[in-house]
Amino acid sequence: MLPKAKLWLALTVAALTMLSTNLQAAWDLNMPQGVTQISRDTYDLHMQILWWCVAIGVVVFSVMIWSIVNHRKSKGAVPATFHESTKVEIVWTIIPFIILILMAVPATRVLTHAYDASESDLDIQITGYQWRWEYRYLRQNADEDEVSFFSNLSTSRDEINNTMPKQENYLLDVDNPLVIPINKKVRFLVTSNDVIHAWWVPDFAVKKDAIPGFINETWTIVEEPGVYRGQCAELCGIDHGFMPIVVHALPQDEYDAWYAGRQEQARAARAQANNVVTRDQAMATGEAIYNRTCVACHQAGGVGLAPAFPALAGSSVVNGDLTANIELVLHGVPGTAMASYARMLSPVELSGIVTYIRNSFGNSTGDLVQPADVNALLEAQ
Amino acid sequence: MSAAHDDHHHGPAKGLSRWLFTTNHKDIGTLYLWFSFAMFLLGGSFAMVIRAELFQPGLQLVEPNFFNQMTTMHGLIMVFGAVMPAFVGLANWMIPMMIGAPDMALPRMNNWSFWILPFAFAMLSSTLLMDAGAPNFGWTFYAPLSTTYAPETVTFFIFAVHIMGASSIMGAINIIATVLNMRAPGMTLMKMPLFVWTWLITAYLLIAVMPVLAGVVTMMLFDIHFGTSFFNAAGGGDPVLFQHVFWFFGHPEVYIMILPAFGVISAIIPTFARKRLFGYDSMVYATASIAFLSFIVWAHHMFTVGMPIAGELFFMYATMLIAVPTGVKVFNWVATMFRGSMTFETPMLFAIAFVVLFTMGGFTGLMLAITPADFQYHDTYFVVAHFHYVLVPGAVFSIMAATYYWLPKWTGHMYDERLGKLHFWLSFIGVNILFFPQHFLGLAGMPRRIPDYALQFADFNWISSIGGFLFGASQLILLVVVIKCIKGGKKATAQVWDGAKGLEWTVASPAPYHTFTTPPNPDLIEAP
Ligand SMILES: [Cu+2]
Repeated sequence: MLPKAKLWLALTVAALTMLSTNLQAAWDLNMPQGVTQISRDTYDLHMQILWWCVAIGVVVFSVMIWSIVNHRKSKGAVPATFHESTKVEIVWTIIPFIILILMAVPATRVLTHAYDASESDLDIQITGYQWRWEYRYLRQNADEDEVSFFSNLSTSRDEINNTMPKQENYLLDVDNPLVIPINKKVRFLVTSNDVIHAWWVPDFAVKKDAIPGFINETWTIVEEPGVYRGQCAELCGIDHGFMPIVVHALPQDEYDAWYAGRQEQARAARAQANNVVTRDQAMATGEAIYNRTCVACHQAGGVGLAPAFPALAGSSVVNGDLTANIELVLHGVPGTAMASYARMLSPVELSGIVTYIRNSFGNSTGDLVQPADVNALLEAQ
Repeated sequence: MSAAHDDHHHGPAKGLSRWLFTTNHKDIGTLYLWFSFAMFLLGGSFAMVIRAELFQPGLQLVEPNFFNQMTTMHGLIMVFGAVMPAFVGLANWMIPMMIGAPDMALPRMNNWSFWILPFAFAMLSSTLLMDAGAPNFGWTFYAPLSTTYAPETVTFFIFAVHIMGASSIMGAINIIATVLNMRAPGMTLMKMPLFVWTWLITAYLLIAVMPVLAGVVTMMLFDIHFGTSFFNAAGGGDPVLFQHVFWFFGHPEVYIMILPAFGVISAIIPTFARKRLFGYDSMVYATASIAFLSFIVWAHHMFTVGMPIAGELFFMYATMLIAVPTGVKVFNWVATMFRGSMTFETPMLFAIAFVVLFTMGGFTGLMLAITPADFQYHDTYFVVAHFHYVLVPGAVFSIMAATYYWLPKWTGHMYDERLGKLHFWLSFIGVNILFFPQHFLGLAGMPRRIPDYALQFADFNWISSIGGFLFGASQLILLVVVIKCIKGGKKATAQVWDGAKGLEWTVASPAPYHTFTTPPNPDLIEAP
């Protein structure tokens, strides 16, 4: 075989293999119709305007192609001499204007509907962090147990780094999904703790920027139970591509059961807050937290990413005063990517992570931090 | 008088000093164009890194932080280093020859406005070699990601932007002064070629918005180094203010990159259709309307920030209105082709591709204007596809069309038509394979600016990457064509194209170092 032909064969085989491995992936071509009134209205609006554009395109490009085919010099075409017509200009100014009005009317109607966030059944505060979401269910009365939790990417770093096969919901899976009841008006109060993020679930047609210092309002009424996935839509730093959104929409009774379970967990966590942990427990908790929360910046092996993200291996803070180290994790370092973890992690998790970093990556302080130590510092505020 | 001696030599100086000290509009135009091409290759190589990483799901080649540096630098270099200087280069070369002027009105400032540019881009690019890495917050550099959370190199970025802004403002002042003061007798405003008209209006846009860009980066500088809180919510500032100020610059900036392209296309289509431009007056008014509207649509980039509904509606309606004058332009170009006598040399091929593909970018622009639909499109690959359709087969194709169109006038030789057509077809096919699938990616839910993606986006991504590599590699053909054309080739006549009209075609090819030292005969000046 000729070398060139061989190359083409190899390329074709490679392309075909790639095609077949991806066959199970859907060739999604269009916007999802979604599961809310707003998402269906938005889809209709999108299609309507798309067809207007197609129609205009067909007319304009037909004239153009017809001219290109027929009015060419090689066919002996003689150029006409006309070069202006006020009448024609007026016509093709007014017709597009009328089409625009036809587009603007339904768009205004859908927008007005989407902006009506009044009279909600349930309010959830969504806070963006680098690089996770926090969901806090606003209580009806103050003596209820509060349900609030963080939602982190649960796809493993091994899948991302291609050392493990990628699972079906690669990059679109979280440890704690947001859970909401169907057929209820759920209002989202969206804000951020650091940079601007955007909370987006295509199936709800809800996208709202999460802006530090501001609270944005949006809402949805999901009509079908199911699992809906989205992603952060506003560039928010290194792991912008790794902070997905997963929403479970449940029938009311299942939702109520889930909510009661969460309240129970909150009570249990409070009770556990002063438990004594063993070194092995603390190290295991810490390692899990590290790989989920810290590794993006401080990197595997605690080597950091100079100069923005300091190494933990051999760090003077991590090998220095224990209280100062805990305080730093609790409050973060203002003006840097180091966030405050006082609320993001539980006392058990905080004791684990500090124990872990002080006894890993070649650090060997031998310290074992107890949840009670963390609580003492938290209460001292 | 000491200048008396200089009056005797009319040719260029020799060696490097010719280029360093030149005040000749043609030399400066050449400098701008070569600089722009170098930046096009640099920004393009960053795009190749992006497309290579996105070829498959998973992280293969680069870390997410470096990926963000690539997207940021690609955008900054292409906008400020490739597209804008290319149009300034074309303006320098062509405007004096089109209006019968001997040179630009302010030749020394002209030299300065070019020569500060390499320093700005050297400073910006040098951040790639620094420990903290290059800017990684996107070319739109939203605060507080670009202030409180930015790498230290952001300060280099800020000063680079200041220098680029100064260069653009000087260039714009020069163009306005030239067009308003140096037109040959008989060259009335309504006889100016559309390229001159579109550039005159663009220059006003530049003077209006470049100071706004300088202002916003200065506010960042103060937030970062002097403890102010313009954009820091914790200090009582407003991160959304950044976006309002940025896009008040940013939207007119979009038209700064496309109005001169309209001018180029309005020159090329009549030449190769051998028929006068249809609706010259309406083209001028449409350009002015687009420029005016560009000042009142900026917040359509910000529909998801949580503006009150009155704001959302205002910016939606105003944005939709832009479709009217833009439509008028497209209709006029098609009407110019209609019943012409067309030939399809490379400039015409690029111009026709411009009309079709720019119009497609215009359609998606109209879709993006529809606020509720924008909630789904915003910050996805649909937006990426939209603005690349407007900027690559739009602005960049027009620059290539202009290069092929005027290359014989610049070099005195015809370029290799076969290579030119090859360049066109590979670019045309490549650009569509590259950007068309990105519409689908965006609609299916892929956010922009991510280094890795979910599995359902895999197919369109590798297709897009293949298109990207094809398009990227094809641009080297342009380099070959230009070098070959400078070195030799069939001698070009003064007229070059049999349908070409305008003063630039009345001077010899290559254009002498000094042209129109005496004004042209007013009878030669006819309405375009
Ligand atoms: Cu985010």
